[in-house]
Amino acid sequence: MEQIVIAFLCLAILLYFLLGGADFGAGIIELFTSTKNRSRTRQTMYHAIGPVWEANHMWLIIAIVILFVAFPVIYTTMSVHLHIPLAILLIGIIARGTAFVFRHYDAVKDEMQWLYNRIFRYSSFLAALFLGIIAGSVLSGKIDTNATSFADAYVYGWLNWFSISVGLFTTALCGFLAAVYLIGECKTAEDTKRFIKKAEYMNLAAVVFGAMVFVSAQLENVPLLSWVLYNKVGLIAVILASLSLVLLWYLLLKGSTKILRVLAGFQVTMILLAISYAHFPNFIRLKDGNAISLYNTIGPYKTVQSLGWALVLGSILILPFLGYLFYKFQQKEE
Amino acid sequence: MFSPIPQLMDDFLAARSQMALSLGFHIVYACIGMVMPFFMAVSHYKWLKTNNEVYKHITKAWSKGVAIFFATGAVSGTMLSFELGLLWPKFMEHAGPIFGMPFSLEGTAFFIEAIALGFFLYGWEKLNKWFHWFTGVVVGLSGLASGILVVAANAWMNSPAGFDFVDGKYFDIDPIKAMFNDAWFTQALHMCLAAFTATGFAVAGLHALMLLRKQHNDFHYKSFKIAATFATICALLQPISGDISAKDVAKRQPAKLAAMEALYTTEKPAPLLIGGIVDEKNKTVSKAIEIPGALSFLAHGDFKAEVKGLDQIPADEHPPVAITHYAFQVMVGLGTLMMLIAAIYFFILWRKKTVLTSSWLLKLFVFATPLGYIALEAGWVVTEVGRQPWIINGIMRTKDAVTPMPGIAWSFYLFSAIYLSLSIIVIFLLYRQIKMVPVHYQSSKNN
Ligand code: HDD
Ligand code: HEM
Ligand code: HEM
Repeated sequence: MEQIVIAFLCLAILLYFLLGGADFGAGIIELFTSTKNRSRTRQTMYHAIGPVWEANHMWLIIAIVILFVAFPVIYTTMSVHLHIPLAILLIGIIARGTAFVFRHYDAVKDEMQWLYNRIFRYSSFLAALFLGIIAGSVLSGKIDTNATSFADAYVYGWLNWFSISVGLFTTALCGFLAAVYLIGECKTAEDTKRFIKKAEYMNLAAVVFGAMVFVSAQLENVPLLSWVLYNKVGLIAVILASLSLVLLWYLLLKGSTKILRVLAGFQVTMILLAISYAHFPNFIRLKDGNAISLYNTIGPYKTVQSLGWALVLGSILILPFLGYLFYKFQQKEE
Repeated sequence: MFSPIPQLMDDFLAARSQMALSLGFHIVYACIGMVMPFFMAVSHYKWLKTNNEVYKHITKAWSKGVAIFFATGAVSGTMLSFELGLLWPKFMEHAGPIFGMPFSLEGTAFFIEAIALGFFLYGWEKLNKWFHWFTGVVVGLSGLASGILVVAANAWMNSPAGFDFVDGKYFDIDPIKAMFNDAWFTQALHMCLAAFTATGFAVAGLHALMLLRKQHNDFHYKSFKIAATFATICALLQPISGDISAKDVAKRQPAKLAAMEALYTTEKPAPLLIGGIVDEKNKTVSKAIEIPGALSFLAHGDFKAEVKGLDQIPADEHPPVAITHYAFQVMVGLGTLMMLIAAIYFFILWRKKTVLTSSWLLKLFVFATPLGYIALEAGWVVTEVGRQPWIINGIMRTKDAVTPMPGIAWSFYLFSAIYLSLSIIVIFLLYRQIKMVPVHYQSSKNN
């Protein structure tokens, strides 16, 4: 059961990055769209994410619940030392979630739309950035559980070059995922072209920020290079990610949209695998050189057992419906 | 620890206030999300059966409102699942594995709810009509299930079970036993009834107001009837369930019961106090109406039974008496009032077959619009404040659970501002929805 629970945790985190990330990305793209195309971008987006955004968002909750039920030490260490970025992430999630629904369901479409749009865009950006910062901090080895000053205990754990680079990298990836996802939703050739352009820009940004992640890792003594290069799985994952990048560009330049989504999802999955595999099952790297590992901190036997069953039975119930939901709303309306 | 942040409010107090605020906010949206799908399902059903277009309009109008509330409920709930750790890490470190079971099942329920809602909101004209109706029912059922599950988690804090506690350590953890603790059923029952009563009166009140303004009688009357039927039936059952809860509290948390009734000294038989001003310093209550023996009966089903007062409980385990007592008075007072309104409603229906001719009754319903929610919030204050100083009754004190991070006051101010602005926007949006009903209604009539 331990394995099942851990597998679900990884799956939930991965899917939140892929689906929830694409969701954040939609707002980021809108942020970087010229004013004259914004309303069209919005419409395409609404069609694409409207029906599924609630469901996308659930992966975060699943991940959190698994953490606090089965890995309470991880959950509480993060809550205490990453309190500030978590709170900001929450503000982002609250603001974008409500703004997205409000702008659609406001019975009168007037200047309020301007406000909702603003909030939606900036908070999407904020949420993606801080999601990445939190992920970076967990890996950074800067979290100090023995700190005696406020700044060491609650600020420098996340306010460092490495975490911030991961944050920016994540933001670019989210935008990229969203752009690729939206290409398939476009109704006109012109829109398709626009989103292809967007996907290219976002991908470029991701490459640049990705490089920055490596540089800052060197600066902050995060052994990122050795995780990626001296570990077989890490290395293969990086190679596959790079290959899919090349293929992606080829397809984008050719204007082909067929397997783009799968490829983009695959690429992001490989990136996550590359940076997390080498130190699995360690979850949080601490400043004193220790790490909090999934195996050492897993909860009591019966708890893990029943959580495992709940997850398995839950997914048997959920997956068919979720699949049907995606399928149903993928069908192009004639 | 030294903090560079100036101190404006005690961190512990700030953490408690932030928790209370977030929960008090979330519960409103959660209840609407739990109850409205049932109202919609009824009207949707009537539409499919009678083909009367009005029912379709009602369903659609409600579903737009619900989408707004649902999103707000979802984000504030997400907020809560982080907040438990952000504010009470020591509590979660120990309690997470024990009382986590309902939360993990709740995940499934939420997920199903979210998927079904996707189908329901975006499925008009796309899905088979009965399947579409069914997805609406699923939204309601899974919402109700998640409500029951979280309340079971809360009940565990009142009535801890499923572990052995020796020397400050937790052994033999059994999450299933923890979920089915002694308090879960009474609390869940009372909570579900409260959700239907509160939402029912709120919706009925709004439509009653529109009826009084002589707008679209048919639309608002049909809506009113659906909401009022649920509200009144539950309002009649609520005191019965409350009585069961009180007996339960008397058994498991005598300190809470004593605080609810401001009973400073053990008495046999004990009188029921109505109203009254609590003086916490001198441990007295003045100006209350006393009903002899009634508390003995309420708590133990026997007019002569002894009821434990606060004098039998160590002073450092006393909950805040005044808040608990006043909140309890508010809940019971409003509960009684709503029960009376319900009785009058059924009486009028029985005599006249319609309430439209009794505009005073409609006015009464307009007056009752917020009462259910006020009672509901008051009830939660009773439960939560009455449990103090414990976060896990008898096991862990709240002050030992709070986060070590200084400066929580700032977080409290910030989130208060966010919740306040969200509430204002939601009210504004709802107002606009209602204002637009005539426009939609008229335009579809002309087609
Ligand atoms: C519409 C709302 C509403 C109404 C009319 C009432 N209640 Fe209530 N009450 C609640 C809403 C509520 C609640 C908010 O839902 C609580 C908080 C926790 C819970 O399980 O339910 C609650 C808690 C609660 C508790 C504490 C339970 C505990 O701590 O475990 C008691 C003893 C009562 N109620 C008793 C009553 C009585 C005797 C009522 C008589 C009219 C009554 N309530 C009406
Ligand atoms: C939605 C209805 C609820 C409301 C309105 C509510 C209200 C409150 C209030 C007023 C407090 C502050 C008590 C004080 O410090 O004096 C509090 C504390 C708390 N509540 Fe609740 N509560 C609700 C449900 C829940 C549920 C379902 C849970 C958990 C499963 C929960 C967990 C807590 C925790 C952890 C605290 C902090 C510790 C404490 O002060 O006791 N509450 N809540
Ligand atoms: C008595 C207290 C509570 C009740 C009755 C309740 C009920 C509900 C319901 C019915 C929903 C569905 C959303 C909607 O329809 O608007 C919801 C959402 C949510 N609640 Fe609560 N809740 C309570 C307290 C809590 C607490 C203490 C937590 C966290 C620890 C929590 C976490 C969540 C989460 C994460 C969601 C979002 C799920 C989604 O996206 O649909 N709730 N709650």
